[in-house]
Amino acid sequence: MYRYDAYDQKIVDERVAQFRDQTRRFLAGELSEDEFRPLRLRNGLYIQRHAPMLRVAVPYGLLASRQLRMLARVSRQYDRGYGHFSTRQNMQFNWPKLEDVPDILADLATVQMHAIQTSGNCVRNITTDHFAGVAPDEIVDPRPFAEILRQWSTFHPEFNWLPRKFKIAFNGAREDRTALLFHDIGLELVRDAAGEVGFRVYVGGGMGRTPIVGSLIREFLPWRHMMTYVESILRVYNRYGRRDNIWKARIKILVKSLGPEQFAREVEEDWAFAADSPAILTDAELDRVAAHFTAPAYEALAAPDDEYVRARSSNPAFARWAERNVHAHRVPGYAAVTLSLKKTGVPPGDVTTEQMELIADLADRYSFGELRVSHEQNVILADVRERDLLAVWQAAKSQGLATPNIGLLTNIISCPGGDFCSLANAKSIPIAEAIQRRFDDLDYLHDIGELDLNISGCMNSCGHHHVGHIGILGVDKQGSEWYQVSIGGRQGREAALGQVIGPSFAAADMPDVVSTLIETYLDHRHDDELFVDTVQRLGIVPFKTRVYGGLKEHAHA
Amino acid sequence: MPDRVIRDKRVENDLFQVLGLEGDVPAELPHGPILVPLATWKARRAELAARREPAGVWLRPDEDPAELAQDVASLHVIGVHFPKWGDGRGFSTGTLLRGRYDYRGELRAFGDLGRDHLLHLTRCGFDVVKLGARHDPEKALAAFDEFSVLYQGAIDEPLPLFRRRVANVL
Repeated sequence: MYRYDAYDQKIVDERVAQFRDQTRRFLAGELSEDEFRPLRLRNGLYIQRHAPMLRVAVPYGLLASRQLRMLARVSRQYDRGYGHFSTRQNMQFNWPKLEDVPDILADLATVQMHAIQTSGNCVRNITTDHFAGVAPDEIVDPRPFAEILRQWSTFHPEFNWLPRKFKIAFNGAREDRTALLFHDIGLELVRDAAGEVGFRVYVGGGMGRTPIVGSLIREFLPWRHMMTYVESILRVYNRYGRRDNIWKARIKILVKSLGPEQFAREVEEDWAFAADSPAILTDAELDRVAAHFTAPAYEALAAPDDEYVRARSSNPAFARWAERNVHAHRVPGYAAVTLSLKKTGVPPGDVTTEQMELIADLADRYSFGELRVSHEQNVILADVRERDLLAVWQAAKSQGLATPNIGLLTNIISCPGGDFCSLANAKSIPIAEAIQRRFDDLDYLHDIGELDLNISGCMNSCGHHHVGHIGILGVDKQGSEWYQVSIGGRQGREAALGQVIGPSFAAADMPDVVSTLIETYLDHRHDDELFVDTVQRLGIVPFKTRVYGGLKEHAHA
Repeated sequence: MPDRVIRDKRVENDLFQVLGLEGDVPAELPHGPILVPLATWKARRAELAARREPAGVWLRPDEDPAELAQDVASLHVIGVHFPKWGDGRGFSTGTLLRGRYDYRGELRAFGDLGRDHLLHLTRCGFDVVKLGARHDPEKALAAFDEFSVLYQGAIDEPLPLFRRRVANVL
């Protein structure tokens, strides 16, 4: 993975000193609350319901074991013994003290970590495929490009005060595991007929109050022009994006109001001036950064591994875990492993100090000292030998990290919700837990098959409810918490937005509502048909009829 | 009392008056150096050009710097207004005036600005900055020392770090 040189380290160290001084000036009254807010947000610091929340950047989801150990240390020393992985592949701490934050950042800087631009109206953490570099279906490794763009976007002087937050994702594989079409900019790595690497450029996707699938504005952008083209997109947005209404300030609204063709013309017009910009990327720079992402020292192994095959056939619990949580790898004899942070009774994405330490040890012992955070809020060990899978499973199980539910209903994606977040309309975590309890029977869960269930506590949709096969949104009605349900959303290449099935429900009804949706599916499904495919084939009516038929007296108008 | 502005990393007194920010531009222009709105500039160009005291034009954040593309060679002062702490349009205005239209005169930023905007303003080509009333320009000068290295090219240093990077040397 990318390792800082003296320049990178200096920038992060100087940012720590700058933030320390900003905090001092605020506490001394030299900065008003309103002036300090955007400054602290640019360093990932929110003031939440109970305490500040600090969001630490995990650039494109990649972590070294020593970095995870530092996060563990921070969680023990400054927080309450746990952290939370977000859908942006970042880590959030919910209980730090404002005056401790500069010290936390100084500690993080010693392991090349920071909280730069994890919030605020600027370019946020850049995300990518959690299987980047190991996926069998990868066309181009996106990580060097993500790192180069991370550096470019760090403290960009022209784009530090955008109309609204700005999220960029890269995908370099055939399957899209990044929700690419729901980003302000989605850059898809492709090769042209001559084999040259470039990007298909999508803009204006997003979730939130107005969910929109991104529009293709350029079929092929040669890789050298990545920064100049992104600069032109951001300039058009910075100049013309709405600033009068926070709900209409994202780039998606500008793209929609101009129309994607007109937006593309504006970008191309601006970009025409960049023909000999010094920001055009060089071979030397791509080579320098790409050299940090070379393959580790894989062994030449026979595949499949005999011991692994034997263990799978003799141990049904292990086999079930292997079926859900072990993923194909491009190198024979190796696999990628998902450690599930979706155990029933634990808020989705939460990880304790002890679990972090164990995961760091597992990464060192079995996966070249590295790990990834997925946007589904789990942790990935990307390079495990098949013969070590049994040992990894046993160790993960000892810390509650081996729930065999990846891709299944209980692998719920959820924001922290009203228990922590001051923006939320409703709680998310208790809803997730009640649903997980209802579907705790593993045989039933596996019979239901692949299903994405997403929960957001408000319209900001941090839990990506719009693209859940089942999406749940917390809404506020006259001061009480209700839940709106949508079905048929999906991410990936067939991205679609879920359709709301009808009036919202009380919290207590939610497990029954989900059960009824599942029963309807099981009654109607064709062989090997996923829940979301059945919804697509039948439409929402049969689901809606059954849910409201049974629950009419509770449903809220 | 004269205003205090930051120029070339120093605080100095300043006599420029911004006309048309509150209320209309008077028919009879006041004495001393002035900045007038774009509309006034267009309507009274001959009168302003003939004036002995310095006169320049200032742009609102939604005004296109391309409107001044023909004037950049003759203008000595252009101002850009930043009406709100979080309104970043002026950073693009400055970048375009300097980078695209090759404006070489004085570029002033004024409005709801503080120390934490200063470095970025300089990077986007502003050489004179008037901070908001409650910010002490002397204390704000510390902003220039906060970063000794930055990644991307800008008006102050067009070459990005990757074109200047020397392995293991800083």
